[in-house]
Amino acid sequence: MIEAEGLGRTFKVRRTVVHAVKDLSFSVEAGEFVGCLGPNGAGKSTTIKMLTGILAPTAGRIQVAGLDPARRRKALARRIGVVFGQRTTLWWDLPLRDSFELIRLLYKVDRVRFAERLAEMCAILDLGGFLRTPVRQLSLGQRMRGDLAAALLHDPDLLVLDEPTIGLDVVSKAGVREFLLRMNAERGTTVLLTTHDLGDIEKLCRRVLLIDHGRLAFDGSVAGLRALVPGETSIEEVVTRLYLSSTPAGSPRIRPLPPADDRPSGTA
Amino acid sequence: MVRAYLLLAWTWLRASAQYPLSLTLLTLGSFAINGLDIAAIWVIFAHTTALAGFTLPEVMFLYGTAGLSFALADLLFGNVDRLSQHIRAGTFDVMLIRPVSPFVQMAADRFGVHRLGRITQAAAVLVIALTQLTPPASRAWMIPVMILCGTAIFTAVFALGGALQFLLTDAPEVANAFTYGGSQLTQYPLSVYGEQLVRGVTFILPLAFVNWQPALYVLDRDDPLGLPGWVRFASPVAAVVLGGVAALAWRAGLRRYQSTGH
Repeated sequence: MIEAEGLGRTFKVRRTVVHAVKDLSFSVEAGEFVGCLGPNGAGKSTTIKMLTGILAPTAGRIQVAGLDPARRRKALARRIGVVFGQRTTLWWDLPLRDSFELIRLLYKVDRVRFAERLAEMCAILDLGGFLRTPVRQLSLGQRMRGDLAAALLHDPDLLVLDEPTIGLDVVSKAGVREFLLRMNAERGTTVLLTTHDLGDIEKLCRRVLLIDHGRLAFDGSVAGLRALVPGETSIEEVVTRLYLSSTPAGSPRIRPLPPADDRPSGTA
Repeated sequence: MVRAYLLLAWTWLRASAQYPLSLTLLTLGSFAINGLDIAAIWVIFAHTTALAGFTLPEVMFLYGTAGLSFALADLLFGNVDRLSQHIRAGTFDVMLIRPVSPFVQMAADRFGVHRLGRITQAAAVLVIALTQLTPPASRAWMIPVMILCGTAIFTAVFALGGALQFLLTDAPEVANAFTYGGSQLTQYPLSVYGEQLVRGVTFILPLAFVNWQPALYVLDRDDPLGLPGWVRFASPVAAVVLGGVAALAWRAGLRRYQSTGH
């Protein structure tokens, strides 16, 4: 589903070149549920933006659903769903129902399929109560449920979420998590999410990618991640230690990669 | 592209129709503000009978054709000059995840009929001018052609201004100098300006082809700067060339897009 090889992205900030992502290689198979961890500024969002075709990479090669994202952005858009936790992809002043209808038309989703899909989303995400409310008047939890539905109305193969649980209360968070697990299990939708919430990682992700200073520092299971810091069982503590041990400049010190048999089945 | 544009525009139109009073006031306001432009021209002609050799109806003709072209381009595509706002707010990223050109999405964003105020005002001035000038049909055929080409040229200028904002995200006003500046410039006979400026807007940023050159043909006037007669028919060429340049610039800008917050 995703193939990244030597992926890199630099930004020019006042004449100095910043390497946001450097020599990043990984692949994700169809049906996986992958979480992407990393300190602020590690390059997670940049990676997401390159996966979705928002940013063109400055080095390396990337394929998502068999397409080069930056060059085939519009074709890719029909195959993937994207959710940004920090901002909505819905139309601020339109009622949720109108946003959905517009998505149906823009993605050219068949009317009957759309009605089925929407009914299903309304049932799982409990959208019925605020379908006629303009998006700007929704609570964060309601908006996130609306965003999730919007990202899945065209039945994408891959769902990419950038911090989907940010700012949500425990109940809303649990709802979002349950929904994502269900979509992954029932529809086989591949899910890739970034998060700072370790609960997301523990409860959802069969596989973790740890990105540090724009490079891949770890790729394996949650158990494998724990094993990086011997004698520590709390995932919070493990990740804190890993983040603190990363050097401010140069290559990451978070090492080594776990042996292949430590990875969850079907991901190697 | 056209389908997506119409869908988005229709959605926004319906959304704005929920506030009919605001819509009416915006339309009337736009009509009135642009009416002040023409008042300025009337004030000038209260003191003189000709402006750089052009009579009041002739100047109104120039004003009306430029105004109509600009207002149409502004109605349909003027929103692309809000690119830097979209980039800074992160909403441009959202447009990039949709299977529709971000140019179309931006152009149709918050599409509102209140901009019809400007179109109505320019059309009214043009009609008044034409009732006094009554150009023969053998020359009047150029009028719809020039408005169409003028709309295309202003659209290209808007697109160029948008493309520029990929580089100058913090200075969208630079682009406005060319879009709104161009609209102001073409409201008067170009011969009132210095020769260098006229050469610039003929050969570099071809605003002279919005209305000035074709209007010389409609009004059957000599070119005060002595350019050959065929130049008057070159508006479609200018529109196509500038449109091509704008499309390339937009693509180049999109490739260089840096987004915000890495």
